[in-house]
Amino acid sequence: MENSVKDEELDLLLDELFRSYGYDFTNYARASLKRRVSRLMIIDRFPSFAELLYRVRQDPAYLTRMVEELTVNVTEMFRDPQVFKTIREEVLPILATHPFIRIWHAGCATGEEVYSMAILLDEANLLHKSLLYATDLNPTAIENIRKGVFPISEMKQYSENYILSGGKHDFSKYYTAKYNWAKFDDRLKAKMIVATHNLVSDRSFNEFVLIFCRNVLIYFDKYLQDNVLTLFDDSLEKLGFLVLGSKENLRFSPIARKFKQLENRERIWRKVM
Amino acid sequence: MAEGDVSKYRMVVIGGSAGSLDSILKIVAAVQEAVDVAFVVVVHRGKSGDSILTDLLSSQTKLVVKEVEDKELILPGTIYIAPPDYHLLLENEYTFSLDASEKVHYSRPSIDVTFESAALVYGPALVGVLLSGANADGAVGLKNIADAGGFTIAQQPATAEVGYMPQQAINLTKVSVILEGEDIGIFLKTLLK
Repeated sequence: MENSVKDEELDLLLDELFRSYGYDFTNYARASLKRRVSRLMIIDRFPSFAELLYRVRQDPAYLTRMVEELTVNVTEMFRDPQVFKTIREEVLPILATHPFIRIWHAGCATGEEVYSMAILLDEANLLHKSLLYATDLNPTAIENIRKGVFPISEMKQYSENYILSGGKHDFSKYYTAKYNWAKFDDRLKAKMIVATHNLVSDRSFNEFVLIFCRNVLIYFDKYLQDNVLTLFDDSLEKLGFLVLGSKENLRFSPIARKFKQLENRERIWRKVM
Repeated sequence: MAEGDVSKYRMVVIGGSAGSLDSILKIVAAVQEAVDVAFVVVVHRGKSGDSILTDLLSSQTKLVVKEVEDKELILPGTIYIAPPDYHLLLENEYTFSLDASEKVHYSRPSIDVTFESAALVYGPALVGVLLSGANADGAVGLKNIADAGGFTIAQQPATAEVGYMPQQAINLTKVSVILEGEDIGIFLKTLLK
């Protein structure tokens, strides 16, 4: 714990990232950010915080790595399978009546969730009229979505999740195994639009019928959470759906009165007004 | 120590893995008068979001037992359980936050993560309890608590169902006291008075 970053130090770093590079982490939840910075100091072997700060100031190329490590990019396919089961059974039948389905995966990191959703749409025969917008602030992470390649070691877990989500096929039909990697079907990728988008500073860019933002709000403080939820409200058409992480909630947010949670208590809300 | 008869401790963090459930149930039953203290329970368990653990603990105590939601307020007289598949952190003395980052010691929630975070926030007002388990998680965290001036309790490894976890902590740091699993609750009850 002697290595843990102090509040004043974190402030200095955040100030630097904002002034020199325009990345605003000031309203991120600090406990998690501190852990990320401490972790980065260990991995990249900075003997002191001063050395880290110096590197950030002197070496713009290091910024990419910094942003990559400050943000959490842990995700999985069909995470919380019950959520995807609910989407299959209760949300997709409604979306099926739309001429066109526009979906936004906000803060989707390396894209496992986007591929999961594309598979769901494919199995419901809706992929051909869908577009999945996959965004994250981290350019390196979203690059992986374009590749469509995920570690083969995860496939056993993903296959189990897929079955629990109501999947009826052999999950391996969606990818080709190559060495340690599973390369997913290009047909899925064809319907994805990948872009960097920073939820802190960028605006709404389209109107969607379904927005995913799972385990992203937990890294924000209450103020920023409320701002981002308002951004989602602005980006969601009436009767559209918002999906959050399993411990995230709309309760106590300014947009709560406009949304109604689905009956089964999964973290899916419908915009009712 | 001129605080009269008010305990200086305001939070108790309890970490456990394989074989710790019995001790945890005894602890929550014993401390139900400690309405000025917040309790946090971090146990290794499967991902499923069932409420069995919450129900079990609730059945033993008058205190409110609940799984933590993101940015939940920390209230005294409440037993908070770290939700499966998230690390549980403390923003400050008033607010929890959750974190879905990499596992630590193959575990999420990790005991080390919560112990360290609580030590940073509560310092000497914190009590850490490390119970039975087959994993090294919690040892560094208990040391963090001791280093920050908090009170540390390790379950007696010799009689714990799986002694590895508390033994790791005892090897790493000088814990305040080593107790039998069944005695920890009574000890805490006195300590928190």
